[in-house]
This record gives sequence, structure tokens and C-alpha cells, in this order.
Amino acid sequence: MTEHEHFEPVIIGFTCNWCSYRAADLAGTARMKYPPNIRLIRLMCSGRLDPTFVLKALSAGADGVMITGCHPGECHYIEQNYKAMRRYQLLKRTLTQMGIEPQRVKLVWASAAEGARLTEEITKLVEEVRALGPLQWPTSLNGHGARPAVETTGAVVSAKEVAA
Amino acid sequence: MTSPANLPEERIGVYVCHCGSNIAGTVDVEDVAQWAAGRLKHRGVVIARDYKFMCSSLGQEMIEKDIKELGLTRVVVAACSPHLHENTFRTACKRAGLNPYLCELVSIREQVSWVHTDKVAATEKSKAVVSGGVERVLWHEPLEPLRVPIHPATLIVGGGIAGIQAALEIADGGSPVYIVEREPSIGGHMAQFDKTFPTLDCAACILTPRMVSVGTHPNITMLTWSEVTKVDGYVGNFTVTVCKKARYVNTDLCNGCAVCQDKCPKKIVDEVFEAGLGYRKAIYTPFAQAVPKFPVIDRENCTYFQKGTCRACEKFCPTGAIDFNQQDETITLQVGNIILATGYDLFDPRRIPHYGYGRLANVFTSLEFERLSNAAGPTNGKIVLRDGVTEPKSVGIIHCVGSRDRNYNNYCSVICCMQGLKFAHLVKERTGATVFNFYIDMRTAAKAYDEFYQRVLEEGTLFIRGRVAEVTDAARLHGEEGKLIIQVEDTLASKQRRIPVDMVILSAGLQPRRDAKAVAKLFGISCSADGWYIEKHPKLDPVATMTEGIFIAGCVQGPKDIPSTVVQGAAAAARVLGRIQQKEIALEPVRASINQDRCSGCRICNNLCPYSAILFHEDRMVSEVNPALCQGCGTCVAACPAGAISGTGFSNEQILAQLEGLLMLNLDGDGRMPVKVREAVAI
Ligand SMILES: Cc1cc2nc3c(=O)[nH]c(=O)nc-3n(C[C@H](O)[C@H](O)[C@H](O)COP(=O)(O)OP(=O)(O)OC[C@H]3O[C@@H](n4cnc5c(N)ncnc54)[C@H](O)[C@@H]3O)c2cc1C
Ligand code: SF4
Ligand code: SF4
Ligand code: FES
Repeated sequence: MTEHEHFEPVIIGFTCNWCSYRAADLAGTARMKYPPNIRLIRLMCSGRLDPTFVLKALSAGADGVMITGCHPGECHYIEQNYKAMRRYQLLKRTLTQMGIEPQRVKLVWASAAEGARLTEEITKLVEEVRALGPLQWPTSLNGHGARPAVETTGAVVSAKEVAA
Repeated sequence: MTSPANLPEERIGVYVCHCGSNIAGTVDVEDVAQWAAGRLKHRGVVIARDYKFMCSSLGQEMIEKDIKELGLTRVVVAACSPHLHENTFRTACKRAGLNPYLCELVSIREQVSWVHTDKVAATEKSKAVVSGGVERVLWHEPLEPLRVPIHPATLIVGGGIAGIQAALEIADGGSPVYIVEREPSIGGHMAQFDKTFPTLDCAACILTPRMVSVGTHPNITMLTWSEVTKVDGYVGNFTVTVCKKARYVNTDLCNGCAVCQDKCPKKIVDEVFEAGLGYRKAIYTPFAQAVPKFPVIDRENCTYFQKGTCRACEKFCPTGAIDFNQQDETITLQVGNIILATGYDLFDPRRIPHYGYGRLANVFTSLEFERLSNAAGPTNGKIVLRDGVTEPKSVGIIHCVGSRDRNYNNYCSVICCMQGLKFAHLVKERTGATVFNFYIDMRTAAKAYDEFYQRVLEEGTLFIRGRVAEVTDAARLHGEEGKLIIQVEDTLASKQRRIPVDMVILSAGLQPRRDAKAVAKLFGISCSADGWYIEKHPKLDPVATMTEGIFIAGCVQGPKDIPSTVVQGAAAAARVLGRIQQKEIALEPVRASINQDRCSGCRICNNLCPYSAILFHEDRMVSEVNPALCQGCGTCVAACPAGAISGTGFSNEQILAQLEGLLMLNLDGDGRMPVKVREAVAI
């Protein structure tokens, strides 16, 4: 029995219109099952993912975030998912520096045919975040252990740094 | 919680669909609608309704009536995936005078009711999804679709029966077609066959007239011995680069007499057309009825190219058509639509070593048998063993080789049962041999197929139900010496059998082309896990892909017989012709634009754009997006440090508002998850 057995995490999933969103559709059509803890947002491409969206999600109540996109080399817009990959690496570093477990944010490649893979990854992430427990923003950030207010558009990580 | 300035004037309608029991079975839709009407009232929701089938005429009319009578300014529909019905509801809004882009469809079927089982949790998640949709729609802007002109020419890649059918339909419809084929001739696999099931039509007799029509059609340009190397641009206006390999034959002079093929001293095993059973020359056309009739010189095998002397073909060619100086050509084509019809490869039965192909001489593949039984094939249609003379007295035909087998391909290759029956008939007819067919299930589900099975049964072919364990030449029992022994569990008689035969034919399955993935990438479409190209909708849009302007037809989409292949070729052509006739296509206006007052001129976005759509004005030191090139991926929007770039349909505001809505921040003001949701999810 783990400490967080009754904790139901809330996960935000960013999906790409061309692959993972279709994978989610496929998972539905095939009646695959995954826990209801994830809520999806559709982007046109993983390249659209501004890392501040992730920070915003975490600061606004999500306990974890899943970023999904087409497999490397299969991006509908040629290679924007490589940019997502780089941003993800930097984002994880930033999270660590902020004292947040980087495992709360996960990058998953899922093609339009991979409903089963998406289902599996969602189920895994929900369990992993459940094991981590609710996201506690480090007290050092605001002194109260509560969530800081991240401005909607103000970048916490310099986008310039991440874009490069 | 951020709100748009116009929030007080907004009047939003929320429509929650039951989808029969598809959604209502797992989600308390009435509760979701009531909840939205109450808890999202302060976010502009003035009406929320649930309805059995929102996409029905009555459902749509209900929305239209509300728009008109209640003065709705925005609409949220909670139903199935936007990939299915976004257009339906947008069109309904448009009919009622509301800009269609002020409608948001959120999925509570594919993403909720179909993937979750707990009704309480599913209902709570649906509320969150609706709340996300309401917040997002508040930031939608009225947009106009982008109208893109359609170039009237079409590119067809692959000249098998699928590509041929599509080409003829479009060309007969009056529009220009380019057909790019990798081999020296069009025709594809069908050109290799002797007879076609179930009618036993002679394949060449029905195929060659079509090939000739393609070759002579004034609207068709054939590029054989060619491959597409690059694809730029988008629906309506693709720029395609084709590499046309040097034939070393001047097609203006060549009359197709084939003297060169007689005189060429270099014989090569023909692995492609003759499936390794016959020979061709270094200068060759794959078969006598090839279209075009012009031969090609295969450089790698030509004595002159390899050793510097020979030129026999040149010496004997009566028209002086041989041209050793020809170079590969790069051709650029301008087309509006593309149809991919690149077909399949045969499953390589060497991968199943216990069936002995490649090791035991008299084990044949299905394609080898097609050549063996073909009157124009290497044995002039005589069905003989590998020695070239002995007629088999007994033949075993093994179905499902490489198909319906989790070690190889899980799928059914569709044609192998019928093909096995066709072979049984041909062997019986030509040799009188005893024929055994080994099958797992007999699949003859199409017009006149089962009747063909009955006929083969009546002809005396013996059927044994069971997956063959092994084909071996190790004789154990009397009578097995010198034979191939088929070891099988006869699942109807529940016993093991060893059946000695002279010849084994493997009814091998169909597989995606070896280079299917690379070709898919070149054209920007996706493959299924098996490697077949994915259609836009498996039932309702089987020849379109997710990429506008790229269609698929024939076996590239999945294993199928010739009738279904032809149907798809014609269907893809109909889709393309419709587009050409409309002259333009309306596209999603998903594009980026740069606010020049906010742009700092840092140029970070310039190099990120995959389409070089962002140009930099040196004089004013600002960047600008060319909307004709931008495809709306949003990468630049995410990267701009000044927040100067916004994307229509995917602005920061829309995405973040949806996020806040999904987390229900719109319900209370303190920026924390409402406790209620947490409890509800925990049940
Ligand atoms: C042994 C056997 C027997 C069969 N018998 C029958 C039968 O009796 N009746 C029946 O209904 N069905 C039969 N079938 C099924 C039949 O072969 C297919 O339905 C049909 O040939 C599919 O046509 P297609 O045009 O989709 O593909 P293909 O015939 O494979 O044609 C594809 C074409 O595209 C070309 N190509 C591939 N890649 C590229 C590229 N990158 N660039 C340019 N060109 C390319 C190829 O060279 C080829 O010409 C049989 C199949 C097999 C294996
Ligand atoms: S030159 Fe090459 S192609 Fe021509 S006849 Fe000699 S071997 Fe054949
Ligand atoms: S949205 Fe994508 S395609 Fe459009 S300008 Fe920006 S980077 Fe280029
Ligand atoms: S389109 Fe899916 S990651 Fe780019």
C-alpha cells in the first residue's frame, strides 16, 4: 500500500493533430481503456508546444503533463517534433532546477496507428504521477508551498533560450 | 482566470450529444448539460442542451434555431471527434448566420465514453472537457477559409492496375495525368498472372488493352523507369521532382522491334517480372506487351557499361536508337493532386525456414507459380518441377503463408485463399495431378468466390484444415522417398498427417512495399503499424489521406483483390476530378501572423520555419509571415520571445484558456483545482 493510493492526479495531455490526437481517436474507436485522469488539448504539431504551457498547466493544478507528437522523422511539418524534443530536454532541466520532479512531464511519440501505445503510456504516466503524489510547489519559490502565479503569457523559461 | 474583453456580450450555446448510448451509456449527459448551464453561466453560457443525436438534421436544426432565436455568438458541441463532425457543426452554424469558426467541437466520445468505464469519473471529465471548450471558444475569431486554386494536372505514382484505372478515369474526364512508374513498363503484378480468379479471365487479355489506352491517351504522360525524388508545396499546387533514369534508348527512334534483345549476349535471371524463374537480357522490356514498348539497358549488367566493349545492340538496331550517352533526367511537374498506387510486395517465404523455400527445390512461391502457369512464361505455361521437364503427380498448396500468424503478419492477406483455389484448378486442369490445399479457414467472401470454391471442390481437390507445421524431404515412411512431405495437424479429423507430394506452392501473403515508409514520408502521409497507408476514414473516406491532396488506391492501402483495387482507383479519380471541377479548395485558415509592432527583429523564428515562410525586412528590421507558404504548425508562435506571433485557430490565448477550462479554474477565482473535481475523480 503506497502513501498516495487514493490520490487521483490530474494530467494534461498535449496532442498533435496529425498523429497522437488521431491515436487517441483510434484508442476510442477500438474501445481501449485508460484512466480518466488525463484531459487532452489539441495542437497542430508538437512544435507548437510552448514550454510555458507546461509550466502553466503545472502551476494551475495539473500534477503531470504528457507531451505527444509524431515519431521523429514523421512530423507532418517535416521536423518540428525535433524542436519539441529539444525544448523538452531544456524544460526538464528547468523543472529540476525549480525543484519539481521532472518525471511529471513526459514526452511520448505516438503515430496515428498507435492507439494502443498511447493508452499504455497514459496508464503508465497516471500511475507514475500517482506514486509521486500531488505536486507540491517548492516553498523556496513562494514561501508557502502553494502554487505560484505564472503569468499567462509571461515566459518563465526564456523562450529564446529554448528555441535555439 | 483570463477573460476576453468581450465576455459580457458573449452568448454561448452548449450542446451535449448522447450519440445514442455511445456517450450516454457512460456519461450522464443530462447532468453535463445542466452543469454547464449553471456553473458556466458566468462564462457566457446562456443555453445548454442534451440531445440523442446532435449530428442529425433535428439536432443541427435545434442549434440553428437557438443561434437565431437566442442570438448565440458562439457554440460548443460536446460529441465525437472533430475529425469526424467538426465540419457538420460548423456548417450548421454557418447556415444560421454564425461564422463557422466560432464553433468548437470537443470530444466526449473517443476521449471519454469509449475509453473510460466509471460513469461518475467519465461525467466529471466530460464537464472539464466542456469547460475547456467554452473557455477556448471565447477566444475564437471569425475567420474565412483559405481558398486555394487547384492545378488541373494529377500525378499518379505506380502503374499497376490501381494507377492505370485512376489515370484512365481522370484522363477520360478531360484532365491531364502524369503516371510515374519505377519499372520499364506499367502493368504491376497483374501483368505477371496467367488467369485471374474467380472468372479465370486471362490476365493479359483484360489488362493489356488498358495499358495500351494509357500509352496512347492524349491526356496521359507516362514516365516509366522513373521515380519521384522530391515533393514540395501543397494541395492544389504541388511541385514534384521526378528522376527519369536513362534508358539508353532514344524513344523517338526505337520502333520496339526487339532485335536488340535477341542480339544482346548478356543473360540475367529476371528477379522482378519472372520472379526468378526466367531470364532477360541486359537490354530488355519486362514482357512482350510492355507499355511503353521501348527497352531499357540495365547498366549494372550491361557488358559495355561494365567492361567497355560489346555494343551489340547498337550494331543491330535497325533504327539507330541505342544511345549510350543518355543521362538521367530531372523533371519537375506541377500538379494539383497526387494518387499513390504503389501496390505491395510478396511476403518472402524464406522467413519461414521450415517451409523449405530456397532450400527445397520444388517449393514454389505463388508468383513463381503464376509465371510457371503463364503461356508467355519461362515454360510456356507447362507446370513442371524445378528441373524444367517433370510434371508433378501430386501438389500441395499451403494457404496463409506469412499471414494470420503473429510471428510474421497478423493480418489476413485477403487474396491467398482464392489464389490457392485458382492454383488448384490450374494444376488439375493442366496436369491431372492430385492436389491438396492446406488452409486454416476458407475465406471466399465476395461475389462469385464461394461458387468458385464449390467448383474446385467438385473437381476433386482435397482440402485439409490445419496450419502446416513443416515441409521436409526427410523420408521416414515407405512411399515418402524422393518426395516433399507436408506435416500437418488435420484439425477436422484431429490427427497428425504426413502427406508426400512432388511440388509445394506457398500461397504467400501481401506485404507493404519495402520502401513504403520512405515513400510515405516523401509524400507526408502515415502508415499503419503494419506499414499499409492510412486512409482518412476507414469506412467513409477510404481513398483520401490526412494530407490534403494526397490520395491512395489499391494494395498500398491494404491487401485486396483486383476488383477492389479497380474500385479504389476509380474512387480516387472521382475525388480528384471533383476537386479539379471546383477549381479551388477551401482550407482551414490555420496560419501564423506577426504583429510587426511587437516584433523585435531577433530573427529567431526565421530559421525555425520548415517552409521558409518567414521573411525578414532588413529595412524595418521586422519579420513577416507569408500566408501562402505558412502551413500553421505553430513552431514560430511557440518560439517568439516577444510573443509577437499569433496563430489563427491556435493562439496562446485559445490554448491557455482551454487549459484553464480543463482544470476548471473558471469555477472559482483562486487559481486552484476545485476540491469537488478531485473528489469526484477519486470515486
Ligand atoms: C500470386 C498472386 C496472384 C493473384 N491473383 C489474383 C487474381 O487472380 N485475381 C485478383 O483479383 N487478384 C489477384 N491477386 C491480387 C492482385 O495482384 C492485386 O489486387 C493487384 O495487383 C493490386 O494492384 P496495385 O495496382 O494496387 O499494385 P501493384 O500491382 O503492386 O502495382 C504497383 C505498381 O507501382 C509500381 N511502384 C511501386 N513503388 C513505386 C514507386 N516508389 N515509384 C513508382 N512506381 C512504383 C510498381 O512497379 C507497380 O507497377 C493476386 C496476387 C498475387 C500475389
Ligand atoms: S551493349 Fe550492352 S546492352 Fe547492348 S547488346 Fe551489348 S550487352 Fe547488350
Ligand atoms: S506557423 Fe509554422 S509554417 Fe507557419 S510561419 Fe510559423 S513556423 Fe512557418
Ligand atoms: S505534426 Fe505531429 S509532431 Fe509535428
